[in-house]
Amino acid sequence: MSFLSLREVRKVYHQGRPDELAAVRGVSLELEEGQVIVLRGPSGSGKTSLLTLVGCMARPTSGRIFLDGREVTSLPERFLTEVRRRTFGFVFQQFHLLPGIPVLENVMLPAYPLGLPRPTLERRARELLELLRVDHRARARADWLSGGEAQRVAIARALINDPRVIVADEPTAHLDSKLALELLELVADLRRRGKTVLMASHDAVVHDAAVVDRRISLRDGRVETGAP
Amino acid sequence: MRRADAFLALLLALAALGAAAAAHARAQARRLLPEQEARAELVRRLDLTDLCLFTEARYTRHPSQADRFAAFQDHPVALEHFPSGSLVPPRR
Amino acid sequence: MRTWLARQRSLLDFALGSLWRRKGKNLALTAVYALTVAAVASVLFFTGALRAEAARVLAGSPEVVVQRMVAGRHDLLPAGHLQALRGIRGVGEIRGRLWGYFHDPTPQANYTIQVPDRFWGEEGQAVVGQGVARARRLAPGSPLDLVAHDGSTLRLRVRELLASGSELVSADLVLISEADFRRLFGVPPGVYTDAVLTVRNPREVSTVAAKVAAALPDTRPITREELARTYESIFDWRAGLSVIVLGAAVLAFVVVAWDKASGLSAEERREIGVLKAVGWETSDVLALKAWEGAAVSLTAFGAGVLAAYAHVFLLGAPIFRPALQGWSVLYPQFRLVPEVGPYQLATLFFLSVAPYTAATVVPSWRAATVDPDAVMRS
Repeated sequence: MSFLSLREVRKVYHQGRPDELAAVRGVSLELEEGQVIVLRGPSGSGKTSLLTLVGCMARPTSGRIFLDGREVTSLPERFLTEVRRRTFGFVFQQFHLLPGIPVLENVMLPAYPLGLPRPTLERRARELLELLRVDHRARARADWLSGGEAQRVAIARALINDPRVIVADEPTAHLDSKLALELLELVADLRRRGKTVLMASHDAVVHDAAVVDRRISLRDGRVETGAP
Repeated sequence: MRRADAFLALLLALAALGAAAAAHARAQARRLLPEQEARAELVRRLDLTDLCLFTEARYTRHPSQADRFAAFQDHPVALEHFPSGSLVPPRR
Repeated sequence: MRTWLARQRSLLDFALGSLWRRKGKNLALTAVYALTVAAVASVLFFTGALRAEAARVLAGSPEVVVQRMVAGRHDLLPAGHLQALRGIRGVGEIRGRLWGYFHDPTPQANYTIQVPDRFWGEEGQAVVGQGVARARRLAPGSPLDLVAHDGSTLRLRVRELLASGSELVSADLVLISEADFRRLFGVPPGVYTDAVLTVRNPREVSTVAAKVAAALPDTRPITREELARTYESIFDWRAGLSVIVLGAAVLAFVVVAWDKASGLSAEERREIGVLKAVGWETSDVLALKAWEGAAVSLTAFGAGVLAAYAHVFLLGAPIFRPALQGWSVLYPQFRLVPEVGPYQLATLFFLSVAPYTAATVVPSWRAATVDPDAVMRS
């Protein structure tokens, strides 16, 4: 049974203005838990926009999104943030780690609003850094990391609130092919732990990886193939 | 030590210094009481009316006894040439 | 509740970490801010303590002073006026006062020469304040020559010095006998500088003052209440010097606030976007910014107030001395009784912590309400 479903979702930016842009034009999807799903398509095909909609970061202009059968499209900001925090962890294309702040603190950031006791938080962050084999960098400032390390720290940050879904936008864009393969191994590991991984990528290495369960192609804001 | 705790410790230290200052104020008030009483006695005995803060001119030495508008002899908002003039507004 | 505390603690932690990244700038800002608070607080404490002192002095002052006015100026009061005052109902004691100003050319100082109601010395003797003693290097037994109105010399001998604890009211006093006073200034017998009177019923002071003005139209009664009002306005913290200092402080604050408001850098904006994207609510971001502002301004407030206390009550306000002293040659040496009220502290608090914190939070407001997906699209 699908835990996330999109019904005729549309997203229009700058509506009613000269620079109006319809990024997503009526997408219906059913996503299943525990899968590795790749959104692919040329740039401008609406991959990133669709990720933000699925990840409850933005509201669709029209259409509806259901999470566990519950509509989330019209939830007020506080509840939507709450749902998003519990359900999704994000890995951004540019990583967006905060410079000047230690790695450990960067990883803990998404958990601050939850008000967990500090020792619990630190232990969890260290475990994640260990899991991603960057624990030796815990005290380093985030802007001193190499691309591969930054990627791992960004993933650790995405996992801190123990989300069900990892959303990653172009995760291999800043990695060489060796690091890209390592990333896929990580994805496989996450899948083994029962996480759902949703990636947007136009990297063939990602598309053709064995770990991927489902490939969805987008073109001009619409789903081409692979839809149910 | 966590930064937040270090900061709270700093605030506590400032508060403790504040408490020390308050204690000093009370002790000082007690210590200066005889002086204060001597001043009060002198004021009563000599019928004094003003503090001896500015002795450069009559109207600054005894602002309460000066001619009306003495500090502003030409005009109520005329610029004053004594620095203490800035402390003495026109009388109501 | 515990979650709330842990959350605030985490936010405070992160806020301090954020500030620490630009520690040079933020420490300098805090230092300058603490100095500003210290300047304003010093003015408040100093004038507050002087005001309290003035109130204590005035509590013992004569209830009514009667001055004679001639052509709009203070003039000598004939003894006949004292008789007329005696006839006014409600008036208790009446005393004619003899006092005046004397410019001593040697130290270039002004003295207040006064005849006490009951002078405890003899003719030819003087009791001098500590300021006069300093200016003329006098000790008990020293000769004190003053040039009289007719150019002759009045030879006096110092009988004693007034206690140094009373300098705040007596530094420039020279107390002499009535005969010496009249000789020094050429004041004929039968006239006084002014008169003081006591009122039997303290509630009738203004009635008595009105009666005095009616009975003697060429006089001006000054009630103790008016003295108090004069000093209230002199040390009113909104007046004079404090306005200048406060004005500068407020101006400096406006500059800082304007810089903050207009200068939410692209970097800070991006960081707020990232925080939103990783799951922070708008209110979390604002709480963070409030902590940043509070951390700086609470530290500045505490340090500034303590510095001001030390400056005014431990060191004797050395920074204000030149401004207060002005052209005075005689300046009293005094230790102020510390007077710091909750009203002053509250004023300082709302002048420092509140606006600064607001100036940190408000500019972040717009940035904090961005959609969380803004970061993904950048």
